Amino acid sequence: MPAVPRASCPRSGGRDARQRAGGDAGATQTSEEPLLKAIAIPYNRAHHRFAVFAASATFLLIVAGALVTSNDAGLSVPDWPTSFGSLYKIPRLVGGVKFEHTHRMIAQFVGFLSIILAAWTGRADPRRWMKWLGVTALGLVIAQGILGGLTVLFYLPPAISSAHAALAQTFFCVVVLIALFTGRNWLEEIPQVEIRHDQNDAPRPLFTLSLLSVFVLYVQLVLGAMFRHHGLSWWPHVLNAATVAIVLAWTSIRALLRYSGIDSVRRPAITVLALMIAQLYLGFVAFLTRVAWGHDAVQPELPMVISTVAHVAVGALLLATTAVLAVEVWRHSPVSVREHIPGRERKAVAA
Amino acid sequence: MNKKLWAALFLLCLLGLLAGCSKKENTNEEQGSSPSSEVKPAPASAPIDPATAARVSGTVTFGGTTPKGQKIDMSQDAACKGNNMAETIVANDGKLANVFVYVKEGLGDRTFDTPKDSTTIDQKGCQYHPHVLAVMTGQNIEIKNDDDTTHNIHPTPKDNREWNESQPPKAAPIEKSFAREEIMLPVKCNQHPWMKMYVNVVKSPFFAVTGADGKYEIKGLPPGNYTLAFVQEKMGEQTQKVTLAAKDSKTVDQGFKP
Repeated sequence: MPAVPRASCPRSGGRDARQRAGGDAGATQTSEEPLLKAIAIPYNRAHHRFAVFAASATFLLIVAGALVTSNDAGLSVPDWPTSFGSLYKIPRLVGGVKFEHTHRMIAQFVGFLSIILAAWTGRADPRRWMKWLGVTALGLVIAQGILGGLTVLFYLPPAISSAHAALAQTFFCVVVLIALFTGRNWLEEIPQVEIRHDQNDAPRPLFTLSLLSVFVLYVQLVLGAMFRHHGLSWWPHVLNAATVAIVLAWTSIRALLRYSGIDSVRRPAITVLALMIAQLYLGFVAFLTRVAWGHDAVQPELPMVISTVAHVAVGALLLATTAVLAVEVWRHSPVSVREHIPGRERKAVAA
Repeated sequence: MNKKLWAALFLLCLLGLLAGCSKKENTNEEQGSSPSSEVKPAPASAPIDPATAARVSGTVTFGGTTPKGQKIDMSQDAACKGNNMAETIVANDGKLANVFVYVKEGLGDRTFDTPKDSTTIDQKGCQYHPHVLAVMTGQNIEIKNDDDTTHNIHPTPKDNREWNESQPPKAAPIEKSFAREEIMLPVKCNQHPWMKMYVNVVKSPFFAVTGADGKYEIKGLPPGNYTLAFVQEKMGEQTQKVTLAAKDSKTVDQGFKP
């Protein structure tokens, strides 16, 4: 890797940073345009807290959905969008209905939160891409609701149920990222960004590696969902776990070595490592309780339910944390001097 | 990072996906198969003469140690107060209950009228009664709910239409039938996941389900060479050949081993 000068780019009060970045960039960056990665946006505490709340509610929804599958309760309410013929009456919450209807109620609540989040982001956040992210979250939650309905109406076909499971975690990642992008840390942190002036299009290996981590985890999520919904045998998921473990460990350790002094990278890197170890352990226990010991069970047994639900929940946290790590690595990875704020956003104060 | 390494990692993920997709998990392998695919066509035959009709009967036994019954936890629903033992394998003194016995081959292309009388599935004590049911194609099945809780009845067939309907306590019976032959068609209640039963649908009236004493009896068979199939939900299918002369009464016993 060629030697690159480093520039500390403060995100607020950024004149110094711009000057340093411009200075490092030499003749190719003569203007005082701020870097794309360093746009000063006023921190909106209420908006951020609401995004965190929506992410937490989504996590709860994923746990509720995992409980439905693990308890084999997916069709205990046979109709959709009504529940036993009613849109608002709460049925007697016993047996499988307890899991399925609770899941539906939390889903409605998360859908409601998503509408507010998209509208609030649209109004309060000046970043155009953030407005689109809010709309994307809303679109995903609508698609997710439709998939949930279709899987009931078509008696849990593996493809639709697996898509429902995968989209749930995709939506969770998007909401977590909205929470990240609206956070004080993101808006006010001083990133330690390297400025590359010798190779404008130089590759950013750690960022690419972190994207690969997200990809292999997503493949693992799809394989796991297909196994869980009887569309696939267990072994592709188990086999791919080794690939995931290697790629995630590699990414995290490299991120820790490369950015040991940057909290916003170090924290997700350590969390990814910890969650990955927990997830491997949970996966092993889930395999034992479901495949090895539980295949003849007359009903879903508690150890199987606990281990499989925990495996899904930790998997969701791991995917979201890996996405956060990828974003943070991107933010702190070397930037090309060509990367400038688009003209229409130049009013933002830099740094 | 080395480009070859990237390519190898990508291929590994892709291979995992492709290999996995190539094999779909089949959880029903041991539950028998549709008999229609195995029945050899035979010449058309005359109506059965009751004066020459034969009978076959016997006992189905379970060899080896009887497995310990699996206890069901019904605590999810206070209204469920029934026998809380699973009926996957029910053996008393080596006699195996709930085995479906039917004439799998030998009837040729004979056709039989669908019985006008209904057969019943009762949901009582949060279990299905009977655990194994046998009906003819098109025969009416009356499904009752004698529990103080809502059940849903959800057959998961391979060859028939799937449906899933809820039935509140003391509701009017649900009436259904299955149009195609299917052996060990699973029926479950998603509200009470331990509730499982099997419906066997065949075209002829020559079938029986073993009782608690392991015994079965099939009457009214025309003389001929037959293949009898014995199907147990967990242990699968076994067959025996039998030749019946006019007015014959033969005993055909069958043993299952775990």
